[in-house]
Amino acid sequence: MKTRKGETGYQLFINTVMIIVVIIIVLPFLLLFMSSITEESVLLTNGYSFFPAKFSAASYAYIIRSSQKIFQAYGITIALTAIGTIANVLLAALMAYPLSIKRLPGRKIMAFFVFFTMLFNGGLVPSYLIWNGVFHVKDTFWGQLLPNILCSAWNVVMIRTYFTTSIPESLYEAAEIDGAGQFRIFSKIVLPLGKPILVTMGTFSGLAYWNDWTNGLYYIQQKKTLFNIQNLLNQMVSNLQYLSQQGTMTSEMAAALPRTGVQMAIAFVAILPIMLVFPFFYKYYAKGITVGAVKG
Amino acid sequence: MNQTKRKGAASLLLNVKRYWPLYVMFIPGAIYMIINNYMPMAGLVVAFKQYNARKGIFGSPFIGLKNFEFLFKTPDAYVITRNTILYNVVFIVLNITLSVIFAIMITDTAKKFLQKTYQSMILFPYLMSSVILSYIVFAFLSSDNGIMNNSILPALGMSKINWYSEPKYWPFILVFVNAWKGVGYGCLIFISNINSIDLELYEAADLDGASRLQKIKYITMPFLKTSIITLVLVNVGHIFYSDFGLFYQVPRNSGLLFPTTNVIDTYVYRGLMENNNIGMSAAAGFYQSVVGFVIVILANWIVGKFDEDSTLF
Repeated sequence: MKTRKGETGYQLFINTVMIIVVIIIVLPFLLLFMSSITEESVLLTNGYSFFPAKFSAASYAYIIRSSQKIFQAYGITIALTAIGTIANVLLAALMAYPLSIKRLPGRKIMAFFVFFTMLFNGGLVPSYLIWNGVFHVKDTFWGQLLPNILCSAWNVVMIRTYFTTSIPESLYEAAEIDGAGQFRIFSKIVLPLGKPILVTMGTFSGLAYWNDWTNGLYYIQQKKTLFNIQNLLNQMVSNLQYLSQQGTMTSEMAAALPRTGVQMAIAFVAILPIMLVFPFFYKYYAKGITVGAVKG
Repeated sequence: MNQTKRKGAASLLLNVKRYWPLYVMFIPGAIYMIINNYMPMAGLVVAFKQYNARKGIFGSPFIGLKNFEFLFKTPDAYVITRNTILYNVVFIVLNITLSVIFAIMITDTAKKFLQKTYQSMILFPYLMSSVILSYIVFAFLSSDNGIMNNSILPALGMSKINWYSEPKYWPFILVFVNAWKGVGYGCLIFISNINSIDLELYEAADLDGASRLQKIKYITMPFLKTSIITLVLVNVGHIFYSDFGLFYQVPRNSGLLFPTTNVIDTYVYRGLMENNNIGMSAAAGFYQSVVGFVIVILANWIVGKFDEDSTLF
């Protein structure tokens, strides 16, 4: 866009720097992938490598063949992401629409109620004690789904801003004159016209659920069948830590700890879907970041 | 404003009657926020209590400031506060500097498709969970299998390092990992800023014979100034909070590394879940919430001085 003569040197310079940056970004993923297709004996003698001496698909075969646990965790991740994303976007849109109606009595107080949660929070200890002690989400699917990520003030504020700036209020008034109720206006006007922001916030919340491991860490203690894929990976790390500190581990732990190549394969399988959908969702996700920056 | 729309001068009551479904829509999210956000705020009182699981937060007996006394008598209180703040300061300075530099380079790239590739690639690590980060870092640093100890250090003629038991390396590792993950985020913000600059300004500067650096200094940077200041202040507002995953997952919760990897968030977690020390954990959490709140308010107030549109409230 700003090319002119005598700039070849500058272009060469910035492209070189950026290509190095891209390599630094890609290499770690490549190492992860290479480790997952390296033969286990080579892994043990030579360690992880970009150029393994011997390839093997055994890790992936192991995942497909014998690990019901991995499929189960994957299923939990998918269910959480699907349910969580829809619930998150719907809840936020339902809160954002009233806040976008300027003449709604009490709107300021309602906005403050949402907004204050961004400034002040109780932190982990009281949250944990309340979700566990009062609502008993421990070792239930709710423990994975509800705490922390189901609805955030941030999403509400972003969606509200979009509604106020992009949907003209006259549309609502015309619909009211035609006799449409508020719920009808919400489903027939607000949701369809707000689609761009809803998809954007959906990518954020989908990613948050796909990547979440904290809820499983806090709220899933005994019932390991409720682990998502991140929790499964995390569990293998803690078992390894235990092993290195105690020098031994229980047979239950040993059974839960697959070979290193398999661990890397599970990690790769956990990020593969993100890689696959990234090209399609990048636009929305990036939009969310830049729009969000304007508002704090 | 909206005078035409207000012609009926509808009374408050009429408005409420007309809009009542809006309140109904608001309720589900509000209930969630009461449970997830407001009840824990009230639950902060647990920091002043001797917590007893059977009696619950509100039924447990008060013990005044005992938990805080214990907390601030340990060296931990100092270490976690120092680590939290120092890491955040380095993260803010480094990430924003790199973001600005890469954003300028990316927008200056002549080929559009390369621009697009760079800017999407640089964001990609930002989408990784910290569990994945921990696996990636482990592939490099594992004592037995890591590529550092097996290939890179031997090639340089250096001896192996037990990365997960040597705290001194971790400030560098964590700063690097955090930059690797986070630079793309800031970069995207600055790219969209630079793209909004009127191209005529650059053309005029070209006519005046301005050099590349002069254009950056006199056109690009002044345009980015507000965003940079805002982003710095927003991050400063969170200076008492850390990315729990970065400090818990990436060092793999290794006890030997705590001197340089323990931050308030990891301390609170371990007190609650691993060491069964709810009192001190709650005190540290209370300390974080309250000091964090004051800092957010201050930072936001200063943001308002620079750019009113960027304030949170």
